[in-house]
Amino acid sequence: MKKYLFVALLLALALLAPFQIYPVFLMQALCFALFACAFNLLIGYVGLLSFGHAAYFGSAAYITAYVLKAWHWPTLVGLLAGTAVAALMGLVFGALAIRRQGIYFAMITLALSQMVYFFALQAKFTGGEDGIQAVPRHPLIGQLAIDSDFVLYYVVLAIFLFGLFVIYRTIHSPFGQVLKAIRENEPRAISLGYEVDRYKLVAFVLSATLAGLAGSTKVLVVQLASLTDVQWQMSGEVVLMTLVGGLGTVLGPVAGAFIVTTMQYYLSQFAWIGEWVLVIQGVIFVIVVLLFRRGIVGELAGWWQRRSVRPAAAE
Amino acid sequence: MFELLGVPPQALFGQLLLGLINGSFYAMLSLGLAVIFGLLNVINFAHGALYMMGAFVAWMLLHFLGIGYWPALIIAPLIVGAFGILLERLFLRHLYHLDHLYGLLLTFGLVLIIEGVFRHQYGSSGLPYDNPIPGGQNLGFMYLPYYRAWVVVASLTVCFGTWFVIERTRLGAYLRAATENPQLVQAFGINVPRMIMLTYGFGVALAALAGVLAAPAYQVSPLMGSNLIIVVFAVVVIGGMGSILGSIITGFGLGVIEGFTKVFYPEASNTVVFVIMAIVLMLKPAGLFGQTR
Amino acid sequence: MKIATSLMGAAVLALAAGSANAQVSDDVIKIGVLNDMSSLYADIGGKGSVLAAQMAAEDAGGKVLGKPIEIIGADHQNKPDVGAGIAKKWLDTDKVDTIVDVPTSSVALAVQEVTRERNKLFLMSGPASSDLTGPKCSPVGIAWTYDTYALANGTGSALVKQGEDTWFFLTSDYAFGHALERDTAAAVTKAGGKVVGAVRHPLNNSDFSSFLLQAQASKAKVIGLANAGGDTINSIKQAAEFGIISGGQKLAGLLVFSTDVHSLGLKVAQGLVITSAFDWDQNDETRAFSKRFAARNGGTPPTYTQAGVYGEVSHYLKAIKAAGTDDTAKVNAEMRKIPINDFMTKNGSIRVDGRVMRDMYLMQVKKPEESKYAWDYFKVLATIPAEKAFRPLAEGDCPLVKKG
Repeated sequence: MKKYLFVALLLALALLAPFQIYPVFLMQALCFALFACAFNLLIGYVGLLSFGHAAYFGSAAYITAYVLKAWHWPTLVGLLAGTAVAALMGLVFGALAIRRQGIYFAMITLALSQMVYFFALQAKFTGGEDGIQAVPRHPLIGQLAIDSDFVLYYVVLAIFLFGLFVIYRTIHSPFGQVLKAIRENEPRAISLGYEVDRYKLVAFVLSATLAGLAGSTKVLVVQLASLTDVQWQMSGEVVLMTLVGGLGTVLGPVAGAFIVTTMQYYLSQFAWIGEWVLVIQGVIFVIVVLLFRRGIVGELAGWWQRRSVRPAAAE
Repeated sequence: MFELLGVPPQALFGQLLLGLINGSFYAMLSLGLAVIFGLLNVINFAHGALYMMGAFVAWMLLHFLGIGYWPALIIAPLIVGAFGILLERLFLRHLYHLDHLYGLLLTFGLVLIIEGVFRHQYGSSGLPYDNPIPGGQNLGFMYLPYYRAWVVVASLTVCFGTWFVIERTRLGAYLRAATENPQLVQAFGINVPRMIMLTYGFGVALAALAGVLAAPAYQVSPLMGSNLIIVVFAVVVIGGMGSILGSIITGFGLGVIEGFTKVFYPEASNTVVFVIMAIVLMLKPAGLFGQTR
Repeated sequence: MKIATSLMGAAVLALAAGSANAQVSDDVIKIGVLNDMSSLYADIGGKGSVLAAQMAAEDAGGKVLGKPIEIIGADHQNKPDVGAGIAKKWLDTDKVDTIVDVPTSSVALAVQEVTRERNKLFLMSGPASSDLTGPKCSPVGIAWTYDTYALANGTGSALVKQGEDTWFFLTSDYAFGHALERDTAAAVTKAGGKVVGAVRHPLNNSDFSSFLLQAQASKAKVIGLANAGGDTINSIKQAAEFGIISGGQKLAGLLVFSTDVHSLGLKVAQGLVITSAFDWDQNDETRAFSKRFAARNGGTPPTYTQAGVYGEVSHYLKAIKAAGTDDTAKVNAEMRKIPINDFMTKNGSIRVDGRVMRDMYLMQVKKPEESKYAWDYFKVLATIPAEKAFRPLAEGDCPLVKKG
């Protein structure tokens, strides 16, 4: 019961937020939250650390930006196109990377992502380091215009909730249970007869697809796609967000994304802090790794659990 | 616009030699990383930042104390190595029992802090550091600066010296045994935590030494490490993450391959290492010389 | 009751009187300085640009039309998303009236769109891309200090005229580098010179030895460095190491700032020829400003983009005073009516494509023995008048320029 109340409260906050808080900031945070949740599916629930998730986020962003601007496709089709490309990429890269584990898996994903970066730098249609700018916001379906940031917020919120829902259902399904089993003890899962590689690949593709969805949506919000979206630093940022928020929790990456985005928006406002933002991020990294490995949401969940147990123990 | 195709053999030799020189640099830099991963199982993302600190300490020694390049070659690595030991005691020690991931993330956080502080203090453009042996020799097919020749010699010496100590001496044997089975080695009366601490310090000192070697050639700037760190990682991974010899040979090899690429497809010279890494990882995941753990 | 009504009446009258005087939105003139404060270009703009803007505000008396001037700064981290996001937030909710500086062309292009949509003035000093006054020009976007065309044209044609007529390019492999190479090559060819070769290197490259080897082998008289930041610094340092200068070839730095020369040292950088908009040591006026600036900037004199920020903010404030309001259209018109006069620009004007027409200077880095005091780095070789320096209006492809 308490859980549903909590979720309802969050939902209410989400629906009312744009009245108080600047909607563009909220939308960017939501896109990154979806990106982080997609990444978390792989690391938190399957135990695979991908260092190249920016490849899917950025490629989807470029595709969507290009088809919206150069070919004037309708918005929804543009979103689908970007996401589809990310899914395809996930399938190809995943098939190559899945065969290895641990740090080697991470390194392959990094190498593949660097190649995507190089391609993005060289290809004509991406506009090099200027990126694809001034992407138009065509109406969403029929007459639903999304020029207004306020209206777009609810669209982005819907997309985010959809993505979150997909992840939630995946985790709490028999498929998700097998994934957790693989994370805990892969040899045992194999001995039980599960085709471990197939499961991992499906999880990988799902993760890449949702990351792509996040990238495509981001294009609608900021109306541009640039090299920043495919750089390895972007992959590093999503790791930071997930770690700070809490690996292996559903809402952890969301919290992490909001915290990091807030830092970028609000901290960089103060000119004297501007150059310290990265140092502050570093300090947070160090503190979280040393002391709060479960991340904010993880720690809160643990504290909550201990609280509900204690009254019973007192008896 | 115009590109040099159909390169005459003279020019090719020149590029190959340059590739070897660069390779010796990569080998030196990745040596420290390989030592730290091979013996401590820690993925030291801070390696680039520590290399940068080595260059800066050399500059500081010159600027504040008037200590020149040659003494700095010894003093700077000692100072930065001590700093590394401090990092190990304060931070890394607590993470050995956890997944590799956390060591990587912690050192990544340290990079942001170290680079940020230096950048605040010294700006991003960098500082000048003079070439201690200016001038060079015209070899006919290219002009070889004396300094670059010195870098190759220094690098080869240090690389093979380190390899020898770790693979062929008793101290090295203790070290290798301690990483495979710390409790047993400790039971023999050897202070394992102290050895680990000193090993990390040594790996860091190697990075700092590379930094001092780089200071006269590359610009001493707070961002100098972040450009190289990814390539160095790739070298270590290709060579085999536990293998000292692997990273030395791969470092040189990569320098040569990059040299070739710079002649025929220069834009890709920074990316070719990743292509190689991807291929190697798919065919031989533990790297060319490594063993899976 | 009566007292209340008369008080109310008095209040209403007072309000009406107050608002009739000056229509300054939100009762404050807020200027946002957006640039890179933590990475590659932090020394070129960074906090120094914020200081320059503050000095401009102070020199204008701290207030205009009776309203205070507020300067705020933010770090766009060289990321277009972050830059566009901050710009939008500033203009939509934070009551910022105009955005200044914005180096890194990809971010500047994004902010150009944001300011165009919201009809707020965008005073650029940092970005180099000449597209900002070309195909991407905007009625509210003003390029104050320099652009790639001016740099390319200045250095290219001047050197060819001196007899340095064969060129080899060392180009950074991204759009900016390509554009710089293309513009300089065009200037060189037009002046009668010849481009004998070029090599493209990846961005953020540390080692230039093999590219410099190719440049040496080409035997070109000039090696043009079509790159920026750390790449330029490393190329110059290694060129010295590989005996390029002693071998007789000249280096042309196409985008070089005083801070770059400072970090290289004169021994390595001597002889480098560049095009620049300003040097702190040019005349008494520039020296006076720079001494004041350096005292508050840790001893470092202003770069030309920072000086440009001072210039554009001063002119903007003058225009507000003349217009009697901070309404964008009226201020924009005043800015283009009043000639630009400050320590760095004499009789400058704003063209219809947003380009500020100002003189540029051909400068050379002094030899170590020629430098008498700290930061004494440049000697001015020639002045390039505005009409010669910048791209002719007709060639720009700016949609605001009427054809025919």
